[in-house]
Amino acid sequence: MSAPLLEISDLAVSYRARAGRVAAVRGVSLAVAPGEIVALVGESGSGKSTLAHAVLRLLADNAAIDGGHVRFGDQDIAALSDRELRAVRGRGIGFVPQDPAVSLNPVLRVGDQVAEALRLHGLATRRSARLDAVEVLERVGLPDPAVRARQYPHELSGGMRQRVLIAVAIAARPKLIVADEPTSALDVTVQRRILDRLQDLTEELGSAVLLVTHDLGVAADRADRIAVMSRGRIVESGPARRTLAEPAHPYTRRLIRSAPSLATARAAGPAPVLDKPSGEPPLVAAEGLVKEYRLPRAAGAARTVRAVDGVDLEVRRGETLALVGESGSGKSTTARLVLRLVPATAGRIVFDGEDVTAARGARLRALRRRAQLVYQNPYASLDPRLSVGATITEPLRVFGVGDRASRTARARELLDRVALPADALRRRPAELSGGQRQRVAIARALALSPDLVVCDEPVSALDVSVQARVLDLLAELQADLGVAYLLISHDLAVVRQVAHRVAVLRAGRVVETGATADLFDRPAHPYTRELLAAIPGGGRRPHSEESP
Amino acid sequence: MRRYVIRRVAQAVGVLWAAYTVVFLVLDYLPGDPVAAMAGQGDQTAVDPAQLDRLRARYGFDKPVLVQYLDYLGRAVRGDFGDSVATGRPVTGMLAAAVPQTLQVTVAGMALAVLFGGGLAVLATYTRRRWLRSLLLSLPPLGVSVPVFWTGLLLVELFSFRLHVFPAFGDDGPRGLVLPAVALAILPGAMIAQVLAKSLLDTLDEPYAQTARAKGAGRARVHLRHALRNAALPALTVAGVLVGQLMANSVVIETVFSRNGVGRLTASAVTAQDIPVVQGVVVFAALVFVLVNLAVDLVYPLLDPRIAGAAAR
Repeated sequence: MSAPLLEISDLAVSYRARAGRVAAVRGVSLAVAPGEIVALVGESGSGKSTLAHAVLRLLADNAAIDGGHVRFGDQDIAALSDRELRAVRGRGIGFVPQDPAVSLNPVLRVGDQVAEALRLHGLATRRSARLDAVEVLERVGLPDPAVRARQYPHELSGGMRQRVLIAVAIAARPKLIVADEPTSALDVTVQRRILDRLQDLTEELGSAVLLVTHDLGVAADRADRIAVMSRGRIVESGPARRTLAEPAHPYTRRLIRSAPSLATARAAGPAPVLDKPSGEPPLVAAEGLVKEYRLPRAAGAARTVRAVDGVDLEVRRGETLALVGESGSGKSTTARLVLRLVPATAGRIVFDGEDVTAARGARLRALRRRAQLVYQNPYASLDPRLSVGATITEPLRVFGVGDRASRTARARELLDRVALPADALRRRPAELSGGQRQRVAIARALALSPDLVVCDEPVSALDVSVQARVLDLLAELQADLGVAYLLISHDLAVVRQVAHRVAVLRAGRVVETGATADLFDRPAHPYTRELLAAIPGGGRRPHSEESP
Repeated sequence: MRRYVIRRVAQAVGVLWAAYTVVFLVLDYLPGDPVAAMAGQGDQTAVDPAQLDRLRARYGFDKPVLVQYLDYLGRAVRGDFGDSVATGRPVTGMLAAAVPQTLQVTVAGMALAVLFGGGLAVLATYTRRRWLRSLLLSLPPLGVSVPVFWTGLLLVELFSFRLHVFPAFGDDGPRGLVLPAVALAILPGAMIAQVLAKSLLDTLDEPYAQTARAKGAGRARVHLRHALRNAALPALTVAGVLVGQLMANSVVIETVFSRNGVGRLTASAVTAQDIPVVQGVVVFAALVFVLVNLAVDLVYPLLDPRIAGAAAR
């Protein structure tokens, strides 16, 4: 192996907090060779993102490097002056940030943002930078790069924005690219195309990549070497294949076990639905649901877009129906139509034998009571000023169920059901972890003993090991209470674990419905096959490293 | 974009009409007889009732309220607010004479407010010296809490009577403008500084600021090219609303510095129950307010390309 391009030795980073300094990275050593892809894997809070930022010294104001070195070539990043550091950022080390939705400046044209990376390092003049930027955008696979370059970030899709960010990172042809969860905010199929492109480009440029990810599947597909981080330390590192096949550290083993995309042993599937007479009508039946939205008058023509375009679906009692599809496929809108949170343009919704399509007043309130919702993001769906107890009892108060004492008793019982300690009642959401918050949201949804709970991406904001536990909880609650779930997810691995039946949505239409096992084993529709193939962890692409 | 502009202009016209109507109704309900006040200076017994009726007829007060309203509205649209009850001169002419004085001082005040308020916010958020940042950021709350007449008197005392640098009174020349403009600028400047500093700090924490740093952009570039434009929007909104504040305070400032502007005109018209003048002043104030906020609305999409699209929806 040649001399490493990046050599981190004994690096320690801490954050200043109210209670003193909190260590985030505790003595980490890691090397990246030229042209190599190293994946840094870990859960949130493991320090992987801090480590990635320390490589470019892009740390928050309250963070400090307490010790160690970050050698890049013959420079020590930790000891550079501001001026020297600016010359390394972008030119020596490129950075691909996590969330494409907020990582581009909303008020500047994307072409100018790419051109800036060239201009800052004197690689282009004002005039040539514009053309060069278009060329870089073309290289990252942005369609119509000359047109796109003149657009603003909000006019591009998430995938296109991430391509622009990759263009920013590679524009000055850096030797190393630090990619911090570059695709975790994107759909699987988009994720695959973007990672393919990133891999091709870095091979072409001969750049090394430090790929930070929580997704072991992504790491397995892309990396030459994997370093697993936990609580500020690298607990294990080695060649990708060996690390995954023969994990040495118990933490790595746990991570691999709970990763839905890698788990094959876990594919036990959900518990069977309790046998019901087959003639029983479904709990929810939607027929020919259509939802149209009016678009702003663009280029003079008034247009509407069909978010949901004739969807039929049925949810039976005690069953989990999963709606899968990419963002924009209409899965969330369908769920909101079923809950009557948005009015349908056309179609019929029957809830427990009653047509609720146009229900109002008392009948709508009755539906609200029997159909609840668990949102995707437990950080946003809980009122930060309400205690956990007040959050869980709110639906009871709204519907005037019981008195204060019985409501508190119910909250205790629900906390117990979702496996939270009783003393959590008085805490506020900020004092809870993401998984605990989602448990509170589930408890709130169950407070009124609903027949149906719509779970909109219930675990996608959580770490994998936490995901597994929350999914187990949902399954357990279903077995005990007989509640039906309408599960919305872009993550097919999650769906496989908990759903009885799956409906695949694409562009507002159901392209395929079936029992989960059948659909996964024998996908009939080409789009379903494409979705399945895009699940990370499915296999490696040929990579230059592997040729002799 | 064209829809956006049309919409904003229509809103502006609507606000003007509403302002005029509210003033008309309020004045109509107010106790007191303006005609009597004009003819007898409040001493009704001494005035010939026939003369009062003639005056009423001349100003249209004998007609039903709705007719009066439509009549006045129709003339107001053409820029005619009738004659002053107190002086008999046309209101429009009185306004035209007073407006330049007020415009000078408020425009100068606003310019100072934007310059120093904005400068303070940029400097406070840019400096790495903790003490300087704390010092600068403690100034705006002070500026907001000091009453205008007090700063006005203090400035006169210091710069006119002690140091003899600027004149204390009078409308003439740019030198006479300095003290009133400074006194007027303190409050809006402080508020702009506060809002802009807060939103600059928020913006600098945004991921796109980090993307810019990762490209190799220096602190000044991130601050001025990437953050400032994004952070300017809330400050711009506040600045638009502050114009109303500025005009209200010009009443005080013009009294303190003895300037014959719209503020003084308002004060005397209200005291004399000079309804046509009050109406003219209110509509003028509403017009300025509406125009400034229309300008703000039209600048928004230039600063933030997302706004024209969102507003057209």
